[in-house]
Amino acid sequence: MALRQCAIYGKGGIGKSTTTQNLVAGLAELGQKVMIVGCDPKADSTRLILHSKAQETIMHLAAEAGSVEDLELEDVLRMGYSDIKCVESGGPEPGVGCAGRGVITAINFLEEEGAYDEDLNFVFYDVLGDVVCGGFAMPIRENKAQEIYIVVSGEMMAMYAANNISKGIVKYAKSGGVRLAGLICNSRNTDRENELIEALAKKLGTHMIHFVPRDNAVQRAEIRRMTVIEYDPAHKQAEEYRELARKIVDNKNLVIPTPISMDELEDLLMEFGVLEEEDESIIGQTAAAAAAA
Amino acid sequence: MAASTREPIQDLIQEVLEVYPDKARKDRAKHLTANDQSIEQSKQCITSNRKSLPGVMTVRGCAYAGSKGVVWGPIKDMIHISHGPVGCGQYSRAGRRNYYVGMTGVNTFGTMNFTSDFQEKDIVFGGDKKLDKIVTEIEQLFPLSKGVTIQSECPIGLIGDDIEAVAKKKAKELGKPVVPVRCEGFRGVSQSLGHHIANDAIRDWVIGNRDGDDSFATTPYDVAIIGDYNIGGDAWASRILLEEMGLRVVAQWSGDGSLSEIELTPKVKLNLIHCYRSMNYLSRHLEEKYGIPWIEYNFFGPTKIAESLRRIAACFDETIRVNAEQVIAKYRSQYEAVIEKYLPRLEGKKVMLYVGGLRPRHVVGAYEDLGMEVVGTGYEFAHNDDYDRTIKEMGNATLLYDDLTAYEFEVFADKIRPDLIGSGIKEKYIFQKMGIPFRQMHSWDYSGPYHGYDGFAIFARDMDMTINNPCWQELQAPWLRADKAAGA
Repeated sequence: MALRQCAIYGKGGIGKSTTTQNLVAGLAELGQKVMIVGCDPKADSTRLILHSKAQETIMHLAAEAGSVEDLELEDVLRMGYSDIKCVESGGPEPGVGCAGRGVITAINFLEEEGAYDEDLNFVFYDVLGDVVCGGFAMPIRENKAQEIYIVVSGEMMAMYAANNISKGIVKYAKSGGVRLAGLICNSRNTDRENELIEALAKKLGTHMIHFVPRDNAVQRAEIRRMTVIEYDPAHKQAEEYRELARKIVDNKNLVIPTPISMDELEDLLMEFGVLEEEDESIIGQTAAAAAAA
Repeated sequence: MAASTREPIQDLIQEVLEVYPDKARKDRAKHLTANDQSIEQSKQCITSNRKSLPGVMTVRGCAYAGSKGVVWGPIKDMIHISHGPVGCGQYSRAGRRNYYVGMTGVNTFGTMNFTSDFQEKDIVFGGDKKLDKIVTEIEQLFPLSKGVTIQSECPIGLIGDDIEAVAKKKAKELGKPVVPVRCEGFRGVSQSLGHHIANDAIRDWVIGNRDGDDSFATTPYDVAIIGDYNIGGDAWASRILLEEMGLRVVAQWSGDGSLSEIELTPKVKLNLIHCYRSMNYLSRHLEEKYGIPWIEYNFFGPTKIAESLRRIAACFDETIRVNAEQVIAKYRSQYEAVIEKYLPRLEGKKVMLYVGGLRPRHVVGAYEDLGMEVVGTGYEFAHNDDYDRTIKEMGNATLLYDDLTAYEFEVFADKIRPDLIGSGIKEKYIFQKMGIPFRQMHSWDYSGPYHGYDGFAIFARDMDMTINNPCWQELQAPWLRADKAAGA
C-alpha cells in the first residue's frame, strides 16, 4: 500500500493535536505504520504518543549542532506508543524569528533524510492553527500531504476557519494533488452540532467523516500524557477514535473543496441559530446610544 | 551646444519605445525626454523614483546598497555589520574604492567584511542573540573601533528582529554608539531609500551625541564636506582647495570620514553638499535643528570649481573671498596646461552618461571644459529634484533618461554613436564590444581622483587615453578590412 500523507488543519485550540494523536493511536492498533510530523513551534503534537512534555525538535537540535545538515534522522525521530514515529519541526519562542521557515526547513530535512520510508502507511502533519504564512502551507504543497482533514466544531469561528482553510486548499489543489478529505467534528456540545457540520461539509463539497463526542476521558488521558486508546482502551471514547481511524483508512472521498462566501456561511449559521439575523441599524452603535434609542 | 531641435531626439525615443508592449511603453515614455531648458520643474517632462518595470534589466541597487555601500560604509573607524546572510556584505565589500587613511583592522575597517552570516537557525530562531554576541566580539577583537552599525539585510525585516533593542543594550555596555539601520533591501524602489534611511539613522543615533558639549573649539571658518565618498581620493582633492582658501574642514561625509567628524558636524558654520541625492536629508536636518546653512557645489572641471569656490567664499568674509580668487589663480596655469594638452584631442567628442547620485549633471562641466559635449544623461535612482538641477546643465534637446533599461541604452548608444560612454561595470563590456570607448564612472574605472584641480588633470588624461586608445582601430578582423579586401 502506498504511503498516504495527511495534514490536519483547523482553528487554533480546536483540538487538532489531541485528535491527531488519538486517531493515530487508533491507526496503529489497526496495524498501520504511522509517522506524526508536528508543524507547530509549541511542539505539542507528539506528547501523548511519547509520554513526554515536548519532544526535542528538528530546529532546536539543528541550532545546537550548527545547522540542519549536521543532523541525522535518528537524532530527531522518536518511537512512541505502538511504534508510532514522532518528529517535531520546532521553532522559535513567540515573537522572534520565523516559525514558518522552521516548518519548511524541517520538512525538507525529513525528505532528504528519507524519513518517508516504504514501510510507512501514513504520515500525519499536525499544523499550527492559523496558516499565517507560506511556511505553514508547506505540508500541503506538491508531493506532500494529499489528504487534508479539517478539525471543526459547531462554533462560528471554527467554521469560519474551516472555510478559509478550504480556500487555501483550492489554491494548492490547482497546482498539485492536494484534496480535502473531510471534516472531523470535535464536539463542543453546541446545538445541532452534528447536523450543522454535516451541512457545512456538504456546502464545502466534502463529508463529515466522523463526529467525535466530547468526553472527559480525553482530558484524563491527557493529564497522563497518553491517548485515550492507551490509557483506557475499553472506554467508549477510545472506540470513537478507532472508528475515526477506520473511516480514514477506508476514505476515498477526496475532493477539491468549494469554499463558500461569507454571506453563505452566515446564512448557514442563521439557519442553525448560531447567528442571529443581522440588524443593520445597530452597526457602529455604542451602548450609550443604544440605551438612548 | 548643438543647436539641434527636439524632433530627432523625440523620434529616437519613439523608435526605442516601439518594441514595448502597450503598458510598458506608456510607463517608459514618462522616463525619457528631450531636454527643454525652458522648463522650470522637471516633473513636467520626466518621471523618476518609480519602481522599475519587471522584465527589463535595470542597474539599480537596493536600500542596503544605499546605506551600507554608500552612506555608512565609508565611515572608517566604525564597524558596519552586514546583518543577514553573508553575500550582501561580501559582494559590497571594498568595491567602491572609498580611500581612507588608517591601519585596516586596527583603527579603521573600511575594506573588511563583518557579517552575522545568517544560517537557517538564525532565520527560524531570530538573530538578536547572535547580533549581541557579534558586537561583544567586535569590542574584544577591535577595541579601537569607535562604534558599530547594524546594516539590515532583507531577512531582518521579514522575521522582525528587534535590532533596536540590541543596539541600545550594547551601546550602554560598550559606551560607544551602536546604530541600528533598517535598510532592508526590499524597501523602496532603488538604493535611494537606503540613503534616506541611513541619513535618518545618523540623525537619530549620532548627530545629537555632542549636543551641549562645547569643548570643541570652533572657528568662523568651519565647514563640513557632505556627500563626498572619497572615491579614488576625491574628497582629499576637494579638501585641499577648501583649506587653501582658509576654511577648516571639520568633517568629511563620509569618505575617509570618522564617527567623531560626524558628531562634530553640528558645530560647523556651513555644510557643503557635493552629492545632493544621498545626503540632502541630513543637510536639511542640520539646517532645521542647528541652523546650519548648506550649499551645493561642484568640483568637477575648472569652470565649475571656480564657480563653486566663489559661491562658497561668498558665504564668508572678505579674507576668504580674496583667498578663493588666489586659489583659482594659483591653479590657473595647471588647469590651462591640462586643457591645452587635451582639448585638441577631445574637442567635439560626444559623451553619453548613465550613472547615479550627482554625476549625471556634475561631470558635464568637466567634459565641456575639454571641449566635449554630453549628448545624453540620466540617473539610476534620481528624484525629480535631481532632474530640476539637470535641465539647466544640459543642452537643449539632449537626451534625458531615467532608470534606463539595458535595451534602451543599447539602442540609444547605437543610434547616437557617442565617442564615449560613462556608466557602470555592468554596461562596460557591451559598449566596448560595440566599439564605443567606455569609462566606468561609478568608481572612476580604478582611477581618480576626479574632483578638484588635481582630479581634473587625471580626468582629462583618462578620457583621452580611453577615447584615443589605438585599440578602437583594431576592432575589425584584419582580413575583413576594406584595404585588405581590396588587395585580395
